Amino acid sequence: MISRDDVAYLATLSNLQLGEQEAADLQQDLEHIIEYIHQLDELDTSGVEPTYQVSGLENVSRDDLIDTYGLAPEALLALAPLAQDNQVKVPKVL
Amino acid sequence: MTTIAEYQAHSARENVEAALQKVHENESFHALISTTEARARERAEAVDRGEITGKLAGVPFIAKDNFLAYGAPTTAASRILEKFEAPIQATAIEKLEAEGAICIGKANLDAFAHGGSTENSTFGPTLNAFDQTRVAGGSSGGSAVATALGIVPFAIGTDTGGSIRQPASFNGLVGVKPTYGTVSRFGVVAMASSTDTIGVFTTNASDAELVMSIMAGQDNKDMTTLPDFFVPVSAGDKKRVGIIKQFMTDDVDAGVRAVVQDYVQRLKAKGYIVDEVDMPILRYALAMYYIIVPAEISSNLGRYDGIRYGKRAEGAQSLNDVYGKSRDEGFEPENKRRIMIGSFVLSSGYFDAYYLQAQKARTLLIQAFDELFKNYDVLIGPTAPTPAFKLGENSEDPVKMYLADVMTVPASLAGLPAINVPGGTNPDGLPVGVQLIGPRRSDAQLLAMAREVEQR
Repeated sequence: MISRDDVAYLATLSNLQLGEQEAADLQQDLEHIIEYIHQLDELDTSGVEPTYQVSGLENVSRDDLIDTYGLAPEALLALAPLAQDNQVKVPKVL
Repeated sequence: MTTIAEYQAHSARENVEAALQKVHENESFHALISTTEARARERAEAVDRGEITGKLAGVPFIAKDNFLAYGAPTTAASRILEKFEAPIQATAIEKLEAEGAICIGKANLDAFAHGGSTENSTFGPTLNAFDQTRVAGGSSGGSAVATALGIVPFAIGTDTGGSIRQPASFNGLVGVKPTYGTVSRFGVVAMASSTDTIGVFTTNASDAELVMSIMAGQDNKDMTTLPDFFVPVSAGDKKRVGIIKQFMTDDVDAGVRAVVQDYVQRLKAKGYIVDEVDMPILRYALAMYYIIVPAEISSNLGRYDGIRYGKRAEGAQSLNDVYGKSRDEGFEPENKRRIMIGSFVLSSGYFDAYYLQAQKARTLLIQAFDELFKNYDVLIGPTAPTPAFKLGENSEDPVKMYLADVMTVPASLAGLPAINVPGGTNPDGLPVGVQLIGPRRSDAQLLAMAREVEQR
C-alpha cells in the first residue's frame, strides 16, 4: 500500500513539487505499478549474482587528455536560464 | 522513393526539397517536431558542389528529437527542453553527416522516450501511418511514421525497451535495436544507461545494414561502446531458429500469431530449421524492466534542475523551489511516474526487495538466453502482442501501456541485438512485425537473414 505520506516522501526524494491532484493520481498509479512489479518476489534468486552491466567490457580507460568538445565556457553559460559575470545565477542559498 | 539507392539517383537539392515537401503534405500525422530546413539546404548545396561526399551523399534522414543536432532545438518532446539549442551534435549524427547524409528534421517521441505510443509527447501524439485513429507506437513513433510515409528513406531512433522495434512493427518497417554498445550514445538524451541503444528505421534490410555499419563503432566519448565489430555479411549456412513458446500463447492477438507462423513457413522454405523453445523466465522480464529502468531514469533525469540548461520555473524563491517547480512543470506525468518508481525501488528499506532482486533476476534471464543460444542461432516471435492500438486505448492505466513492451524488453535487459521485420498485415490491413533476436554481436547475421526472407 502506498500512502499519501509515501507519495510526499518519494516526491521529496525526486525533487518534484507536485500539485494536489497530481499527487492523488500518482498514489493510485504507483500502487498499480508496484503491485505489478512485486510479482518478482516469487522468483528464487538465492545464490545468484546481480547484473550491473551487459557490455562485457572491463576497466575501460582512455588517455588522460582534456577535451572541451570545441566548446568555450560562454557557449555553455549561454544555455543557463540565468547567468551573470561568467557564472550561473541561482536564488540566494544562505 | 523508399530506398536509399533511389535517393542516390537524384541531386541532394532535389532530395531535400522533395523531403521537405512531403513533410508539409503529411503534417496531419504530426511525425515531426521541427525541421532543420536552412541547414539541410546549405548541406545539400555543399553535396551538389562536390564538397561533401560519402556513402550517403545527398540522402535525407530524420532524427528522433532526443539526438542533439544543429539547426533546431533538441526538445526530447518535453517542456523543460522546449527551447534547448544543442551546442554539440550526437556522434551518430556526426558520423552520418561525414558520409554526406542530410538531417532534415527532428521526429516526435514520448517525452524523454518514456512510453510505447508517442502519446506522452508534450507536443501531442503522432498518428499511425496506416490508420490515423491508431497510435504510431513508441517511443520513436515520429521516426517510424516519417519513414513509413516515405518522407525519408531512413530515420534514426533510440531503443531502451522496444522503442524502435515496436513502432517499426506498427508501421511495417525494418527496425534495428543493435547489441548494447554498438553505437555511441554521446549526445543523446539518456534514459536508462544499462539498456539505451541507438538504431534505425528503414524500408528494407540492406538499407538498415548500410546505416548501422556507418553509425557503429567505438567512441572515446562513450566508454560503453564495443570494439568495432559490425561488418555486413551474407546469409551463409542455414540456421536453427527457435520460436519462443511464451510469445505465442492465446493472450497474443490471433492476427499477430498468424503473421509470425507465416514468416516461419517462409523461413522453412528457405531451408531454416525451426523448433519451439520454452523460456519460462520471460514472464518476469517486464517486472524486472519496470524496476531497473525507472531506477536508472530517476538517476539520469536528476540533471534537469532548471539551473544549468533547460527551462527554469518562474517565480521560484529558493533553490529547492527552482528544482521542485522546474521539474514539476518541465516533465510529463509519465516522466514523473517513472522517476517516482525509481526513487521507490532505490529507497532505503526497498532496495534489496526490488532493485537488487530485479538485477539478480536479470542474471537468470541472461543465462536462459545464453543456454538457448547454445542450440539456436536466432530466436523469433512477435514484436508486440497486438497491432497498433487505438489512440487513448491504453492511456488510463500505466500497467496496461507497459504490457505492450512485454516482448521487446527481454532482449534489452540482456543487451542482445533484436530487429523487427515486416511480416505482413492482419485481416484489418494493419502491419504486423516479427522479431528476430540473436546472440550479442550477431547484428549483421540477423540483418542477412531478414534480407534473405524479405519479400520485395
